[in-house]
Amino acid sequence: MVKSSKTRTGSRKPVAKPAGNNRQDHLWSLGPPVEILRPDGRTVAKEEPDIAADDLLKMYRWMVNGRVFDERALKLQRQGRLGTYAPLSGQEAAQVGSAYALEQRDWLFPSFREHLALAVRGQSWSGILLYHGGSEEGGRVPEGINNFTPSIPIATQILHAVGVAWAAKLRGDPIVTLVYFGDGGTSEGDFHEGMNFAGVFQTPTIFFCQNNQYAISLPRARQTRAETLAQKAIAYGFEGVQVDGNDLLAVYQTTRQAMEKARQGGGPTLIEALTYRLGPHTTADDPTRYRQDEELQHWQERDPLIRMRLYLERRGDWDEARETALWEEAKADIAQSVTAYEQAPARDVEEIFKYTYAEMPWNLQEQLADLRAYLQESGGQLPE
Amino acid sequence: MAQLNLVQAVNDALRSEMQLDDRLVILGEDVGVDGGVFRATEGLLKQFGPRRVLDTPLSEVGIVGSSIGMAAYGLHPVVEVQFSGFLPPAFDQIVSHAARIRWRSRGRYHLPLVVRAPYGGGIRSPEHHSESPEAFYAHVGGLKVVIPSTPADAKGLLIAAIRDPDPVIFLEPKHIYRAFRQEVPEGEYILPLGRAQIAQEGDDLSLFAWGAMTQIALAAAEELDQAGISAEVVDLRTISPLDAETIVASVRKTGRALIVHEAPRQGGVGAEVAALINDKALMSLQAPVLRVAGFDTIMPLLQLEDYYLPDAGRVVRAARRLMTY
Amino acid sequence: MAHLNLVQAVNQALLTEMARDERVLVLGEDVGLDGGVFRATEGLYEKFGPQRAIDTPLAEAGIVGTAIGMAVYGLRPVCELQFDGFMLPAFDQILSHASRLRGRSRGRFQVPLVIRAPYGGGIRALEHHSESPEQFYVHIPGLKVVIPATPADAKGLLISAIRDPDPVVFLEPKRLYRAFRQEVPEGDHAIPLGQARVARAGRDVTLIGWGAQVHTALQAAELLAAQEGISVEVLDLRTLSPLDLETISQSVEKTGRVVIAQEAPRSFGFSSELTALITERLFLHLEGPVVRVTGFDTAMPYFSLEQYYLPDVGRVARGVRQTLSA
Ligand SMILES: Cc1ncc(C[n+]2csc(CCOP(=O)(O)OP(=O)(O)O)c2C)c(N)n1
Repeated sequence: MVKSSKTRTGSRKPVAKPAGNNRQDHLWSLGPPVEILRPDGRTVAKEEPDIAADDLLKMYRWMVNGRVFDERALKLQRQGRLGTYAPLSGQEAAQVGSAYALEQRDWLFPSFREHLALAVRGQSWSGILLYHGGSEEGGRVPEGINNFTPSIPIATQILHAVGVAWAAKLRGDPIVTLVYFGDGGTSEGDFHEGMNFAGVFQTPTIFFCQNNQYAISLPRARQTRAETLAQKAIAYGFEGVQVDGNDLLAVYQTTRQAMEKARQGGGPTLIEALTYRLGPHTTADDPTRYRQDEELQHWQERDPLIRMRLYLERRGDWDEARETALWEEAKADIAQSVTAYEQAPARDVEEIFKYTYAEMPWNLQEQLADLRAYLQESGGQLPE
Repeated sequence: MAQLNLVQAVNDALRSEMQLDDRLVILGEDVGVDGGVFRATEGLLKQFGPRRVLDTPLSEVGIVGSSIGMAAYGLHPVVEVQFSGFLPPAFDQIVSHAARIRWRSRGRYHLPLVVRAPYGGGIRSPEHHSESPEAFYAHVGGLKVVIPSTPADAKGLLIAAIRDPDPVIFLEPKHIYRAFRQEVPEGEYILPLGRAQIAQEGDDLSLFAWGAMTQIALAAAEELDQAGISAEVVDLRTISPLDAETIVASVRKTGRALIVHEAPRQGGVGAEVAALINDKALMSLQAPVLRVAGFDTIMPLLQLEDYYLPDAGRVVRAARRLMTY
Repeated sequence: MAHLNLVQAVNQALLTEMARDERVLVLGEDVGLDGGVFRATEGLYEKFGPQRAIDTPLAEAGIVGTAIGMAVYGLRPVCELQFDGFMLPAFDQILSHASRLRGRSRGRFQVPLVIRAPYGGGIRALEHHSESPEQFYVHIPGLKVVIPATPADAKGLLISAIRDPDPVVFLEPKRLYRAFRQEVPEGDHAIPLGQARVARAGRDVTLIGWGAQVHTALQAAELLAAQEGISVEVLDLRTLSPLDLETISQSVEKTGRVVIAQEAPRSFGFSSELTALITERLFLHLEGPVVRVTGFDTAMPYFSLEQYYLPDVGRVARGVRQTLSA
């Protein structure tokens, strides 16, 4: 039955181009990391970056909110009011600068540490707490916010981001996807496959690597022999850039450029944001086992929040009073979110079964009915 | 004899074997400097150095795939995969290669390889950290699957797994890593693979369990005892190959069988145990074989996980049902 | 009605759905220009172009992982994985994401995705090309698992799988791809998932199979009827998950005896689940143990020995006699 379509295939077979034809010279050398702000809040260049004052203030507000949230979440976990939590302190500029750069129609794919990026895009802090409080409801992203649900298996979400970008491209929708992963994530096979698909199909995807120097205990240098992570893009035929990840403005500008390029059909970009996780890997981790105090101190001096505050003060947009007011406001907001989280309605066991499929098959129905019967026999709750 | 908990017993087994066998190497994510996220490899880097305790890049395919090569070359790699939920990226290497290289090479190469992973629910952790995937590996010819339920068994079975000439998937019930301590024999202590253990004798029905569920089965047996029902608790210890003899002997004696496991029920290990009883002891049965298992859903996050995991109450309830036949 | 073999019926289903619904697309290795190594996607590239019959790089996690993204975005991707044995690199994406995104997002993200793969032994192929991995997928909540045994079913079930809002693993018995032809309804022909088929009615024994084993079972039934006067009812499961327990129960209540024919390794296979369910729920109807006739707990042998591994008519008939003597 295999009809020979040789002649027809012959005519539509693409002519293989000689290797090297699509070489783009700028790809073969990476420049130094993109920097706009110095640690002391001065700009590297003479002229001011072209970012509206309103955006600067909003982004700074997000960074402060993120820090307050992070500290609060750690406390809640220690008090037994939250499950395992992966803190983000130190990575505020990387998360805010990148998430804020996107447009609402764009899609964002978190790994498991991007609480702040999710919030910037409109997810509520109480919803984010619910997820870490062990409620599936925390994984429900409200309609209209194009954030994906967290992905815990390292690097797996990279492929989903490429798939969504690819689908959108096929449908002619001018959206961009941005996917977060860590330095450790670049060692997984899914990183390779995702980068490769994106290169081949020129999907509008931004690969945003938060190189926070560690994957749990393993330092970045033990993850790859390559000098930078950004250079890995070269092998896939697209651009890679390193950026000072504690420099909000550099992250924002670089992401915007990558986004605009992607939206205009220029394909993917890999951004490596150089940053540092100031806290433990998760609430189950003890970082003193694998890193030195001096190193921590070095990075504390490069705290992205300090740098941004100094910059705003230099511009004359900021002062002590505003700073104090901002922190107070953030604390009040987060406190309210904690209350909302803790007042979330009690869960029903049906939630275990719901959403496994669009419709519950008989085995699930039967198992749910049996669980209900069991609970009823035991007086409405699990026996001690 | 030392009083150890289960994770300490794992550590003790590794240390003891590393002293005796310089081909033994450990590799995985955070197993060196950090001593493993559960501290199972604590102190080994210090004692044996970085040529035998290898912190790898974050890649399960890389870890398992390269350890297959190491094993073929004659080393005895013991791989740690950080959680059993992160075994799937290495699934192809395990199924297509680890399980088959002896067979494919007609015995020229064989793989004395152990893949360890913390396993099961109950520690209130995020998604993918509470998985019970034993049935996937049990269905693969060429692999052995071992799940200890006590500190002493963890040591004895892990040493046997390390000395086994074939690849062993060694799943450690993390829920009971630190739940209790027990006398664990020092030095070389070996329990044969493929043998179940009668954790408690009884006459009226047989409860089959493994890993953390053995404790649940024992608790249920105690409750049943108070109601005058004498339950035998069989701890399978090795899932593949199953100890058919012990399973069948128990059912022949009691005439009733109940299997308890955490994994989803459909296609779980309980199905094979039931099928085995059907094959070899159907005529001794006075009642159908029942399974008390996880539901055919994703393991819920921590707020609802207690409803998912079989508890003693659910086991007792099913046992009472069996007794009505 | 067209007279088609199984692989042509698969092709028809894809053609029908792609013409009906512009969100449907196929992707995989060699599925475009080449039309697929078994020609299942033949002609789709010409008809629908390279944007809907997509040749991907050689990377199974890449294919399934990106298809998950596409499905979430609203497309209806149908992935082809070239052989059963090469589904494994995508196992993590299937298990950790395809099956779970609906649950994880509380229904916000759905994955209407079909993963097709040629399945099973009997074509004298290389290692990794004759695997029967259905049990891996049956044990994953959130997935559906479908295995057709005839051309008409292949078309009808594949169409339903494509329209299903949940991910479906669709395993095509490659031994049957060109084994026979059958009348296959044209156009829109959907057979609901989750319903088994009584392939042959009988009274004495229920013989359960899926995929290529349905035909082995039918031949065994013919043989036993002709030579020994045994009346065998043959059930073709069609969907393994969710299982049609109803049809099985009706048959077993009638016959009281069960034989299951399965190509996959015996231990911890799907026939174990069936046995467990039947002994649990139909215990008082059973007149003897359920008999499993299966592959062995080994790797699938190379082709010079594969006929000994695959249950054949003789072994299946022997299994039936065994239940009757119990
Ligand atoms: C596939 C997989 N393997 C292992 C883990 C356990 N794990 C959780 S986070 C982590 C380190 C991640 O490092 P990196 O990618 O650099 O991100 P970071 O934690 O620094 O944000 C590991 C090994 C996992 N979640 N997924």
